[in-house]
Amino acid sequence: MAEPVLTIRELEKSFGALKATDGVSIDLMPGEIHALIGPNGAGKSTLIHQVSGSIKPDRGTIHFLGQDMAGLDVAARARFGLARSFQTSSLAQEFSALRNVMLAVQAKQGSSLRVFRPVMRDRSLIEPALAILERVGLAGRAHVPAAELSHGERRQLEIAIALALEPKAFLLDEPMAGMGPEGSKVLTGFLDDLRHEAPILLVEHDMDAVFALADRISVLVYGRIIASGTVEEIRNDPEVRRAYLGDAA
Amino acid sequence: MKATGAREIIANATIALLLLAVPLAASAMGEPFYVTLATRITILALAAAGLNIALGLGGLVSFGHAAFFGLGGYAAGIMAAHAFNAEPFFLGLDSTTSMPVIWLVAIVTCGLVALPIGAISLRTSGVYFIMITLAFAQMIYYFANSWPAYGGQDGLPIFIRNTFPGVNTAQPLPFFLLCYAALLLALLMFWSLRNSRFGAALQAARQNSVRVSAVGIAPFNVRLVAFVISAMVTGLAGALFADLNRFVSPSMLSWHMSGELIVLIVLGGIGRLFGPVAGAMLFVLLEHFLGGVTERWQLFLGLILLGVVLFARGGLLGMIAGKARHG
Amino acid sequence: MSLALLIEQLLNGLQLGVMLFLMAAGLTLIFGVMGLINLAHGSLYMVGAFACAIVAAATGSFWIGLAASLVAAAAAGAIVEVTVIRRLYDRDHLDQVLATFALILVFSEGTRWVFGSFPLYLDIPPLLQGAVPLPGGGQYQLYRLAIIGVGIAVAIGLYLLISRTRLGMRIRAGESDREMIAALGVDIKTLYTVVFALGAALAGLAGALVGALQSVQVGMGEPVLILAFVVIVIGGIGSIKGALFGAILVGVVDTMGRVLLPQALSLMLPPSQAGLVGGALASMLIYIVMALILAFRPSGLFGAQS
Repeated sequence: MAEPVLTIRELEKSFGALKATDGVSIDLMPGEIHALIGPNGAGKSTLIHQVSGSIKPDRGTIHFLGQDMAGLDVAARARFGLARSFQTSSLAQEFSALRNVMLAVQAKQGSSLRVFRPVMRDRSLIEPALAILERVGLAGRAHVPAAELSHGERRQLEIAIALALEPKAFLLDEPMAGMGPEGSKVLTGFLDDLRHEAPILLVEHDMDAVFALADRISVLVYGRIIASGTVEEIRNDPEVRRAYLGDAA
Repeated sequence: MKATGAREIIANATIALLLLAVPLAASAMGEPFYVTLATRITILALAAAGLNIALGLGGLVSFGHAAFFGLGGYAAGIMAAHAFNAEPFFLGLDSTTSMPVIWLVAIVTCGLVALPIGAISLRTSGVYFIMITLAFAQMIYYFANSWPAYGGQDGLPIFIRNTFPGVNTAQPLPFFLLCYAALLLALLMFWSLRNSRFGAALQAARQNSVRVSAVGIAPFNVRLVAFVISAMVTGLAGALFADLNRFVSPSMLSWHMSGELIVLIVLGGIGRLFGPVAGAMLFVLLEHFLGGVTERWQLFLGLILLGVVLFARGGLLGMIAGKARHG
Repeated sequence: MSLALLIEQLLNGLQLGVMLFLMAAGLTLIFGVMGLINLAHGSLYMVGAFACAIVAAATGSFWIGLAASLVAAAAAGAIVEVTVIRRLYDRDHLDQVLATFALILVFSEGTRWVFGSFPLYLDIPPLLQGAVPLPGGGQYQLYRLAIIGVGIAVAIGLYLLISRTRLGMRIRAGESDREMIAALGVDIKTLYTVVFALGAALAGLAGALVGALQSVQVGMGEPVLILAFVVIVIGGIGSIKGALFGAILVGVVDTMGRVLLPQALSLMLPPSQAGLVGGALASMLIYIVMALILAFRPSGLFGAQS
C-alpha cells in the first residue's frame, strides 16, 4: 500500500476552555480526495490552519512527504508543496488576475529577490500563468484587477494560484462557498480531475459536491473525528446521521 | 487605462526636465539662489524616493526615516571634520573629503543600522510598526544630542564642501548636477525594483501578506530587504543634504523630519515613480513662496496637507494622471 | 547616593509617569474605541496649558485657569473631532498619521500667531506652594506631590467610569464591536465625540498641571506626545491598564536612568567619560526598553496578542 502524503496524528488545539481540535488523526493518500465535513464551529478551519502552519497546535504531529512540519511557517510549508485556498478569497487586490498567478509562478521558481528584469516582460512567468488561467477558464479576464472580479471568478483565481504552485497536496477550504449551482458543478468536475495531480484535503459544506467527489470522508464534530470512511459508510453511519445529518431515526 | 499611463509619463518627463532646466537657466542668469533651491528639492526628493520603496511599494509606514537621513548627514559631517583636522577616522584609516567614499560610508552605515532596526520593527505591524520605527529614530536623535564629540545639540559645521573628482562642488551648479544624477539613478532603481520579481512580492505583501506567505514567499524577508535598501537611499540623500547646508545637526534626525519625508511622498503621490519629486517640489516651493509672504507658512502647509489627505489621496500626480495601476 | 535623593528622584519619576498617564490614557482610549492614532494629542496638551495660563493671568486664580484648561481642551477636541477626525476612522494609519501631523502644524502655528513665540508663565497656586519633608532628610515640592495625587485620582476615576457607568459600558462595547453598539441604538457619532473630548480634557489637564512647572510655549506638547506614544506602545495600545503601567515604568526608568546610569558607569570608567556615556545612554534608555519589549512582545505588555 502506498505511503500517505499527509499524516496528521493526535492533533490538539485549545482556545481557552474550548477544545477546537481534540485528538484528530487523518491520512491523505496519493490520488485521493479526502473530505472533511462537520457542522459550523466543528473546528474544520482551525484544523486547516494548523496544517497550513498559521496556527500552532498544542500537541500532535503533522508529517508531509515524510517530513515533520513542526517549526515550519506558512511560507516554508507552501514551498514544501502544500498549497491552500482560502474560505474567503485572499488575493492581491490591486494586481490583475494574471499578476496574482505570476506571483505564485515566481514563488515556485524561488526567485523573489531578483531586482532587475521587469516581470511584465518575463515570458517564463507570463506564459505558465496564462496557461493556468486558461485551464481554470479565466484567460479572458487575465488583465482585470482581482478587486474587480466577480465572486465566482475570485474562487477560480484562488484555484489557479494553488495550481501554479504545482503542489504535492491541496488544502481547499470551502472552494464552493458562495458559488451558484452552475459554478459548483463546473468546479466539481474540475476537482475530480485535479486529484490525479495531487491529493486534496477538502473542507466543504456542499454535500452534493462532497458525495460526488470524496474517496473518503472524515466527520468532525466539536473538534473530534466521530467517523471516517467511504461515502457509503458515512451515509449509513448512525452516529453521523444523529450528530450531523440531523436524522431523527 | 492607457491614457492615464501616458499622462503620468508626460507629467514625469515634465517634472524631470523642469527640475533640470530651471537651475541651468538660473545659473546662466547669475541667480545661484534658485540653483540652491533646486538642489534642496532634488535632495529631499532623493530622501523621499528612498522612503517610497518601503512606504509606497511595501506599505511600511516608517516614521523613523529621519534616522537614516541624519546618519548619512553625520557620515559626511564627521568624515569632513576628521579630514579637516587631519585626524585618522576609523581603525587608524585616514579620513577623506572625497564624496564617493563618503557616500559609500553613508550608504553602508545606514544599511548596517537599518538591518537590526528593520529586523526588530518588522516583527510588529500597524501602529506598533509606526511607533517602533519612531522610537529607534528618537534613540539616535537623543544620542546625537547628548554626545558632545560631534557638536551635540549645536550640530557640526562642514567648513569646506566635500569634493568629487573632476567636479567643482563648491559651485552651486556642478553640485546640483551631482545631486540630480544621484536622484535619477535612485529613480531608475525604484522603477527597476517596482517592476521586478522582488517588487511584485513586495507590493503583493502590502496588498495581502497572507496570500504572499501562502504561495511560499516569506513577507518578512522581502520587507526587510526593502527596508534596508530604502534606508540606504535616504542615507545617501542625508550625506548630500549635509554638504548642501555645510552643516549637520540633530534636527536632521528629528521626528519632524521623518514626518516631512512622509508628507513629501503623499503630497506628490504615494508609490509613484515621481511622487517624491513632485512632492518635494511642491513642498520647497510652498516653503519658499508662502514663507516669503507669511512667517506662518506651516499653518497653510498643514491645511493643504489636511486637504490632500482628506480629499485628494492620490497627491499631485494622482490629480494629473489619475489612479495608479498595476499591469 | 543618599536615601533622600533616591526618594526624591523616585517621586520625580512617579510625577513624570503620572503626567504621561494623563496623556496616554486619552491616546489609548481613542485608539481602543475608534482605532485612531492621534498625533495631535500633544496640541491638546498645549491648548490646556495656554488656556490655564491665560485665564489664570486674567482672573488671578490658578483654579479657574485649571477649569478653563479642561473646558478649552475638551472643546478643541470636540471641534477637531467633528470637523476632521471623524473622517479618519475608516482610513488607514498612514492617513491618520498625516492628517493629525497636519493638525499639529495648524495648532502650533495658529497658537504662535495668536500668542506669539514668547513663553507664558504660570505660577503654582499659593495653596500648593512649599515643600514637605522626606524621610531621610530633604524636602519635596508639595505641588509635584499634588500632581501625583491628581494622577492617581484620575486613574481611579477612569477605572470607575469604564467599569461602573453607562458611558463606560458603551465604551467597552465600542471597543469590542462597533456594529453591535450601533445596533443597540447608541448614537455612535456622539459617543466618539465624547470619548475624544474626554481624552482631550485629560491631555489639557496634564498640560495645565505641567505648565506651572515649566514654561507654557508652542511645541511643549511634542516631547510629551512622543513619550506618551512610547508608553502606550509598551503597555499595549488600547489598554488603560497598560497605559498606567507603561507610564509609571517610563517615568521612573527615564528619571532614575539619568541619575543612576552615570553613577553606575563611574564604577567602570573615569568620571568624565562615565558622565558622558551615562548621559547619552540615559537619554536613549526608554527607547531601548521599548524596543526590547516590542522585540519580545510585539503587541506590548497588555495588548491583545495576535
